Amino acid sequence: MAVRCQFEGSNEIGVFSKLTNAYCLVGIGATANFYSVFEEQLSETIPVIYSSIAGCRIVGSMVTGNRHGLLVPSTTTDAELQHLRDHLPDKVKLQRVEERLSALGNVVVCNDYVALVHPDIDRETEETIHDILQVEVFRHTVGNNVLVGSYAVLSNQGGLVHPATPTQEQDELSMLLQVPLVAGTVNRGSNALSAGLIVNDWAAFCGFDTTATELNVVESIFKISDTPQTAITTTMRKALIDSLA
Amino acid sequence: MEYITPGQPSIGVILCCDCGAQIQPNPTNRCIACIRARNDITEDINKQGTLHFCRACERYLDPPNTWILAPLESKDLLKLCLRKIRGLNKVRLIDAGFAWTEPHSKRIKVKLAVQKEIQEGAVLQQDFIVEFVVIGQMCDDCHRIEAKDYWRAIVQVRQKTDHKRTFYYLEQLIMKHRAHDKTLGIKSVHEGLDFFFATEPSAKHLVDFFSSVVPCRWSQSKKLISHDIHSNIYNYKYTYSVELVPVCKDSIVCLPKKLAHQLGGIGQVCVVQRVTNNICLIDPCTAQLAEVSSSVYWRSPFASLCTSRRLKEFVVMETEDADVNYFTGQGQISHKHQVAEVWVQRASELGTDKMIFCRTHLGNLLNPGDTVLGFELGQSNVSDTNIDAMNQDHLPDVVLVRKIYADKATRNRKRRWKLRHLGVDEDASSQNRDYTDFLEDLEEDTQFRTNINIYRDASKQPQDGTESEAGDLPQIGLEEMLEDLHIGSDPTGEGEEMEGEEMGE
Repeated sequence: MAVRCQFEGSNEIGVFSKLTNAYCLVGIGATANFYSVFEEQLSETIPVIYSSIAGCRIVGSMVTGNRHGLLVPSTTTDAELQHLRDHLPDKVKLQRVEERLSALGNVVVCNDYVALVHPDIDRETEETIHDILQVEVFRHTVGNNVLVGSYAVLSNQGGLVHPATPTQEQDELSMLLQVPLVAGTVNRGSNALSAGLIVNDWAAFCGFDTTATELNVVESIFKISDTPQTAITTTMRKALIDSLA
Repeated sequence: MEYITPGQPSIGVILCCDCGAQIQPNPTNRCIACIRARNDITEDINKQGTLHFCRACERYLDPPNTWILAPLESKDLLKLCLRKIRGLNKVRLIDAGFAWTEPHSKRIKVKLAVQKEIQEGAVLQQDFIVEFVVIGQMCDDCHRIEAKDYWRAIVQVRQKTDHKRTFYYLEQLIMKHRAHDKTLGIKSVHEGLDFFFATEPSAKHLVDFFSSVVPCRWSQSKKLISHDIHSNIYNYKYTYSVELVPVCKDSIVCLPKKLAHQLGGIGQVCVVQRVTNNICLIDPCTAQLAEVSSSVYWRSPFASLCTSRRLKEFVVMETEDADVNYFTGQGQISHKHQVAEVWVQRASELGTDKMIFCRTHLGNLLNPGDTVLGFELGQSNVSDTNIDAMNQDHLPDVVLVRKIYADKATRNRKRRWKLRHLGVDEDASSQNRDYTDFLEDLEEDTQFRTNINIYRDASKQPQDGTESEAGDLPQIGLEEMLEDLHIGSDPTGEGEEMEGEEMGE
């Protein structure tokens, strides 16, 4: 179920938080309302970690990760690193990355299997991503934008890209990433998708201004819905189609 | 491996964030209907307006007070409507045109297309209609024409003489000083003119103008038309009666004895040289000048013994310079005139030997054989208290007034200038005698024409062959004439003047 929320009156929640299948990071200093929204949805299943990166609350733009690991920029202080290590589940590997493009959240978009990176990223960083996050790394742009982390949002079920992406490119990316892609907007027509939307396999959070249409698109592409899907559409689907073919 | 040729990149389709319709991505990421629903770029623009239209002359009002002739669906009307729409400067106007409306519906619809930037990189274009309601309003010029029958104040100018020369002079003065621009109409009556006005102060203004340029006296009266009891407003019709002095140029007067003494011992029988804002008198026997102002005249009025119409023609037989003895304390003596003793014969008796002796101030102009206009006091029967009181021996036999240079037809032909006229409704004035006398006065007297605009008559070509004939006649030089240019149209019938090369003499 997609939930609308605001971080201290700002609709750009993706800048202040990071959601994966194993954990959730949120920036400190927000109202209790913001946290309660997250904790209500997530705290039974995954830990919600309050942290800052280099003293800044914009953790969503600075870090990137999936259920296998978390990469933080070189500006992270030791104390923060220790704090994260204490709270993250043991399976999740934590690594500090030396990278010129230090806002990792803007330059990398990834799910548990595949990652799309900024074409100018360092070779070592690419290898680190491959090792720590256990993903296949592709250097590609989204439409004409190099900041792939800002203009695309990815989960294991699907992906949402910048509205001006040509269909050919959407097909290309879809083939690379092996997930269905759709072009759309969030926060009432805004192009900056990852700033307004964070998803994992079962939950999605978006800014307050997101319209019902946009929310519908998000729910359909990321396959997030309240009702548990009936067996006929999941496990039995393959068998049925086979027999009809 | 197959080589896939890269085709043209086709932009995908996204859903409008408000309504979910499929659209091409744009800077706002909304479908056009949702954009239109949210952004109205015309909200500051007035969609209704008024146009004022004068039914009589079919012109539209262009504020503040110009009236423009503009047929329906014309460029001028479009320009006027666009100027009246407020708030058009905040948007960019792309297109404007008329939407058809029934001509009698009193509505004019203008269709406009405007553009405005609503968001970074997103420009919205919108069409809308502005409706103008046409309201009837009478323009000032038509008002003036209609109000001619409804006047509030009238100035009645009268002169108790039998000719209208002073009124021609007055007409020229009025035109030069534009004292008549507030008048609704001018009517010519038996002994003068009537000027109609819409307000009392404009009438008073004209009366003040008259008192300053001609000797006259005036009185005022008013008549109650209606009375509003509740707000105590009284509506009157005001009448100003202006009476001009009955003496005119070229009339002979007899002054009362006391007045003659006061004016520097001038003789009692005088010729009126000219009437400007004072009456200028000249004594034919001594060429003494005197000026009688308006107030002095009305205190001791004197009548004319003979007006210019009753002058008779005489022929000069002999002239001789006269010896005049001047006494101290005498008034101003004219240097432009010369006292002479002449023997004249009546034009009707030419050829006989009946000659009359007289003294005249026209000595410098007269030669034997000239024709002069004069008045024979001895032969006529004048009833005047001042004359009767005088000693009969001191009365002159004949008083000569002016010289005739050529007959009227010749002078009319030689005249190369003309005057403008007010649109007074009266009979054709250009040929009658008073008018030609007035024009001759203008030619002869340079001081008289300082207050008047003379225009060059382009219809009369200069005739070089007869220049020698014209040498004798008094002419007005070309440098005194203005170019006669007519621009625009006025209800009173005159045009705008262009100040030409007028040099003083």
